[in-house]
Amino acid sequence: MNYLEFEKPLAEIEGKAEELRAMARSNAGMDIKKEANQLDSKAKSLLADLYKNLSPWRKCQVARHPDRPHCTDYIEALFTEYTPLAGDRNFADDQAVIGGLARLNDRPVMVIGHEKGKNTQARIERNFGMARPEGYRKAVRLMDLADRFNVPVVTLIDTPGAYPGKGAEERGQSEAIARATEKCLKIGVPLVSMVIGEGGSGGAVAIATANRVAMLEHSVYSVISPEGCASILWKDAEKMREAAEALRLTAQDLHRLGVIDQIVREPVGGAHRNIGATTKSVGKCIEKFLEQLSGMSRKKLIEERRSKFLSMGQGSLAA
Amino acid sequence: MNWISNYVRPKINSLFSRRETPENLWSKCPECGSMLFHRELTENLGVCTSCDHHMAISARDRLTALFDDGVFTEVDVPMPMPDPLSFRDQKKYPDRLKAAQRETEEKEAMLVAEGMIERTPIVAACQDFSFMGGSMGMYVGNAVVTAANRAVELKRPLILFSAAGGARMQEGILSLMQMPRTTVAVELVRDAGLPYIVVLTNPTTGGVTASYAMLGDVHIAEPNALICFAGPRVIEQTIRETLPEGFQRAEYLLDHGMLDRVTHRRDMKSELSRITRMLLNMPPPVKGDLPPPNDVKSEPAAASG
Ligand SMILES: [Zn+2]
Repeated sequence: MNYLEFEKPLAEIEGKAEELRAMARSNAGMDIKKEANQLDSKAKSLLADLYKNLSPWRKCQVARHPDRPHCTDYIEALFTEYTPLAGDRNFADDQAVIGGLARLNDRPVMVIGHEKGKNTQARIERNFGMARPEGYRKAVRLMDLADRFNVPVVTLIDTPGAYPGKGAEERGQSEAIARATEKCLKIGVPLVSMVIGEGGSGGAVAIATANRVAMLEHSVYSVISPEGCASILWKDAEKMREAAEALRLTAQDLHRLGVIDQIVREPVGGAHRNIGATTKSVGKCIEKFLEQLSGMSRKKLIEERRSKFLSMGQGSLAA
Repeated sequence: MNWISNYVRPKINSLFSRRETPENLWSKCPECGSMLFHRELTENLGVCTSCDHHMAISARDRLTALFDDGVFTEVDVPMPMPDPLSFRDQKKYPDRLKAAQRETEEKEAMLVAEGMIERTPIVAACQDFSFMGGSMGMYVGNAVVTAANRAVELKRPLILFSAAGGARMQEGILSLMQMPRTTVAVELVRDAGLPYIVVLTNPTTGGVTASYAMLGDVHIAEPNALICFAGPRVIEQTIRETLPEGFQRAEYLLDHGMLDRVTHRRDMKSELSRITRMLLNMPPPVKGDLPPPNDVKSEPAAASG
């Protein structure tokens, strides 16, 4: 278990409980049940307290938690017959964006998502979920394929942002993002997006311009990272807490602003504390959205998506 | 320092000092350091007369230079809800907006206009970098949507001049949502069978490049304009390398297949009219003096597009 900085007091209590149990295991006859249980319940209530009112910056940390379920976890838990499809047919296969055909309760879907990677090596291979142009071009190709065969598209969003690299710029990062957004708007099949971790700016919206968009309770979605915003507007990257506050990047704020359609609850202590329960709730939400859209004609799906994004910006948090 | 700037300039300035401040009479080219007399610079559309460096010009000056006889009708852009997030960094967002309005004497970061270029009827949208870095918030979104709707309504081509540091951070997620929103606007123009031409000016970066600025039927850039998604500083910090000379400049993008053309500001107007006229199957523009009014009427279907 990886603990976040604000979880340090919790780490201490859970650590002590663990220690007690280890002592008991090596000293037969030692009765620690009462103490251990006390520590457990203390930890439980502390965890609930910590997560009841997470500040926006803490939510960013939870959204980036290394143990948080990633795209592959959802694919594994929710879909059957997952068949990855690779490549942009142009230059490369970008490992930061994965996708392929799969079944969601027998229904064939095209699932596409950012993958950050589980361990150090995977993170490097997947470039920490930061896609290059090839990733977006792969997504465009898969959306096209789904569109031609009337297969709904499900996207799972989890990226710090599009990769700011030399090659990425040379090969047209901007154009790739713009074309992916455009493709989202063009397909005549249901498109459903779920922000499962970080929704990092243009790199996220490129595959999240969907008929329905939901966010996990502690995920974030923003025009810029709090660190980036702090260094530009505060001239001090250390002011990320203030920037996270000001940017209104939480699922709760986005829902109030009318930018997303639903918030999916996470287990107490965040998605990583109960991956099974989290994937299940996400699956239910996707299922519901697809059901809502299943009767719509191709024309209606496109029109609905267009008018939804054409009216973006009518909401406000002003009292 | 040469003798002109040391001696002659102060002397000339003193002649005008009662009417104008010296700063308004001369500007220094940031590229070659030449001192340029303002009238000459204006006549040259803000391009340095000694090194051809394309300086920033305001959206209004650009439109005046673009349209025939400098005549255009500004299209009203609806004002969005002010400060939707109650955003404050070291300053309040509404205060930053007011300061930008005072400084630029403009309402916001984009102008929409309709008029003629070489007697070709067009709708133009022009982003103003001097207004909060041209940043794309809900107003710019409104402007792009308004321009697209107007182009469709009048059956005219849409020509968009981009210039922006990116999205308007002070509008948070709502500024990000202008990326898909403006993409819908571009689709409306495309669906109507009308040309959408983007002129990328210095600098065009971030979410603006990654939406409407890279979705044109034709992409033209001004020489040496910085055009990118991530800025050079961010990339250098990420990859810890110094970037090559000319990286992310217009000519570099042309080499990498992202642009159709790099065109000098003085030739932009005739190039735009040439391209749009051919795409719309109109006859070549008549150069020189305007013919009498009844001649205009006899021109085949041009005005109705
Ligand atoms: Zn010069």
